[in-house]
Amino acid sequence: MKRYQAQILLLAALVISFVISRFSDQFDSYYLDIALTAGISIVLAVSLNLVNGHTGQFSLGHAGLMAVGAYGSAVVSLELRPGLAGIFGTGEFGQGMAFITALLTGGLLAAVFGWMIGVPSLRLRGDYLAIVTLGFNEIIRVILQNTKPGSVFGGALGLSGIPSQATIFWVFGAAAVCVYVVTSMVNSTWGRGFLAVRDDEVAASASGISTTRYKVTAFVVGAFFAGIGGGLYAHQKGAINPEGFNFLKSFDVVVIVILGGMGSTVGVIAAAIILTVLNEYLRDYEQYRMIIFSLLLIIMMLLRPQGLLPASLFEKKGRAA
Amino acid sequence: MSDGLHLKDVTIQFGGLKAVSGLSFEVPPGGIFGLIGPNGAGKTTVFNLITGVYRPTAGDITFNGISLPGHPPHRITPLGIARTFQNIRLFPSLSVFDNVRCAMGMHLRGGMGSVLLRGSAWREEEAMVDTEIMDLLEIFDLGSLRNEKAVSLPYGDQRRLEIVRALATRPKLLLLDEPAAGMNPTEKEVLMNLIRFIRDKFDISIMLVEHDMKVVMGICQHIAVLEYGIKIAEGTPKEIQCHPRVIEAYLGVCAD
Amino acid sequence: MVYGVLRFINFAHGDVFMLGAFSGVYLNKWLGPALAGLPWGVSLLIILVLSMAICAALGIVIEFLAYRPLRSRPRLNVLITAIGVSLLIEYSGQLIFGATQQPFPQLIPAENLTFTGGLAVTKTQVIVLVTVVALLIGLRFVVMKSRLGLAMRALSLNPTASALMGVNNSVVISFTFGLGSALAAAGGILYASLYPSVEPFMGILPGLKAFIAAVLGGIGNIPGAALGALIIGITETLVGGYSQAVGLPSGYKEGVAFVILILMLLFKPSGLLGKIEREKV
Repeated sequence: MKRYQAQILLLAALVISFVISRFSDQFDSYYLDIALTAGISIVLAVSLNLVNGHTGQFSLGHAGLMAVGAYGSAVVSLELRPGLAGIFGTGEFGQGMAFITALLTGGLLAAVFGWMIGVPSLRLRGDYLAIVTLGFNEIIRVILQNTKPGSVFGGALGLSGIPSQATIFWVFGAAAVCVYVVTSMVNSTWGRGFLAVRDDEVAASASGISTTRYKVTAFVVGAFFAGIGGGLYAHQKGAINPEGFNFLKSFDVVVIVILGGMGSTVGVIAAAIILTVLNEYLRDYEQYRMIIFSLLLIIMMLLRPQGLLPASLFEKKGRAA
Repeated sequence: MSDGLHLKDVTIQFGGLKAVSGLSFEVPPGGIFGLIGPNGAGKTTVFNLITGVYRPTAGDITFNGISLPGHPPHRITPLGIARTFQNIRLFPSLSVFDNVRCAMGMHLRGGMGSVLLRGSAWREEEAMVDTEIMDLLEIFDLGSLRNEKAVSLPYGDQRRLEIVRALATRPKLLLLDEPAAGMNPTEKEVLMNLIRFIRDKFDISIMLVEHDMKVVMGICQHIAVLEYGIKIAEGTPKEIQCHPRVIEAYLGVCAD
Repeated sequence: MVYGVLRFINFAHGDVFMLGAFSGVYLNKWLGPALAGLPWGVSLLIILVLSMAICAALGIVIEFLAYRPLRSRPRLNVLITAIGVSLLIEYSGQLIFGATQQPFPQLIPAENLTFTGGLAVTKTQVIVLVTVVALLIGLRFVVMKSRLGLAMRALSLNPTASALMGVNNSVVISFTFGLGSALAAAGGILYASLYPSVEPFMGILPGLKAFIAAVLGGIGNIPGAALGALIIGITETLVGGYSQAVGLPSGYKEGVAFVILILMLLFKPSGLLGKIEREKV
């Protein structure tokens, strides 16, 4: 059993979220919505953590890739619906297949964008990379904003009427897959290369590690899940607009990663849940919300830069004999 | 082309400065070769040229018949050249075990796909990696420290760990950049034995850049002397010790 | 400039710019009666200098509280903190000043000047241009000729060595922050004079563009930064104009600065007038 531990955990997570999803009518829709938001935050933050935390390439462009996924999947859902219904049928299964097609389209599109952005910009380091990714984020937003109103992308008003298909199953299923992929990647001999690149690029390449390849891989996988997260977001809210994917949205995800601890998947999941809930509590004090978050960010950096639950807490002891 | 490392008329220029100029020498398989010279003579630059960090402005470097210039470092390492750094460059946030593990990645056949599937081939490879790393760590008395963070090790252990990490790439030629820096005479003695031991145990050739004459004279079969990027002498320790140019530039007295 | 000396991006720079503009608004409100009798040039100068002083003080305080404790930490931590400071200022500004746009008082009388050749400009534009040039010359003088300027340049080249040579790095960094913030404040007031409205988030884009201009010109190079800013400004206007001519929405010009930055970093990372740096192995 131990040999397949990781796969079994993934399967269990999928089954549990499917079962809970069956009973989701029983829950208060308000809490259900919070749970979905938390799940999407997990997808976004865990994937960004692969780039910013494990591989040490500080990106501020996650919201831009999320936008690509959100628009990609929304367009599939809105425009290709009859065609997909023709292939998969209109039953529950058919709708699920149509949704998964939309999500994967969004994810793959975001991955392609991630590759196009990553290959040139990952040659840069540190704060330059941060600014360039932020720049790409804004370029994507500006382009979307300036599409013609009424076109498939909807211009500045965005798209609405996207079917609300993001259920507990899809959101937490995606989160489970994302966590599985990221942890499997990082916790392998092959995946130690990501950490090596973060720690010392010169030593990494002297150890036979292609730093560019690892950085781009991390970026593309991160982008894929950002796209999936964006697709889920679009199918949760039902409506999206370009302004919702500006760089402040990227900061939101960055805050989760930093609070949780860069490079710590468990910490980041915890932070995603805590911050989503905190966000809800502070809803009535909207004007103080961001002040509190930014203060939290500064205080964290001053007092505990490794995050609330740093990766070192979870390191496996006694591997190998 | 014959075996071993060959440098032929290698020159590199930074702006107007020729850091290394017209340098030629060869490191045949199985020996210990020393590169010495005063500070700023361009010794580390030679290492950087061999390992692909810099690209020579002119000249050629070959290793076992393969021309190296133009290849990035991560392509040169798999050809069988590994190195350590003058100012130790470990992966500070990783454990001792993982530091070595990073250097094993290039031997794996499976990439991202097998990592995600976690199939039996992947498990076998991981087990193979584990055994090889632990064997290496045991040889260098680092086995009990495998879960320690690399940065928390004492200086001497860090130097040894860096050598282990280099050996994990299964090199045929090991480049050591000032391995004796900051060591006391006893430690230097231990280091000299260690270097000889590595050559015999792993059957590789070793090239070292060193300041300490005693170490270099003690273990090297062949020595080249650099001054201002130019080779001023080459030969056995005995020849070097009494070479007039070397005495003038560096040693001061002929220790006959 | 701050970046050149300290080697990190001060995300909050644009927010100091915003605060400068707001302090202009409030100073004008409070001092308005007292300044009423003075010629507009004098009152503009008083407001400008006071805002610059306020923001300089603020910049020094921010540096002391948020950045100084992090000086020996990795640059990434400082970057994140800077983002935090930036968000803090923006949302605090929103709380204090309100989220809506406020009109910026007319400090310079509206008047059109026509030059020979049919070039029509407003008096505001002329005053802004003159002030900018004066400030740039002043800045270059401080950096190149004064003792503190010398210390700043030394620090930027090698912090450890400059400390060993008897430069008090902390004082110099504080001074740099103060000077940079004062200039940002002046920028804020001038900007607000041209586009007469202020709001708490107005600093974000100019702040980023300032950084882009600095990169474009070669970091730590004052004429370079000015040149970079000029290029960005002109390209944006041209793109705005041309895209309208070919029927595209002019909104694309918002992205122009970023496109320039990305091309620049990819093809000539040292900037137009900068030098190449090499990492030592």
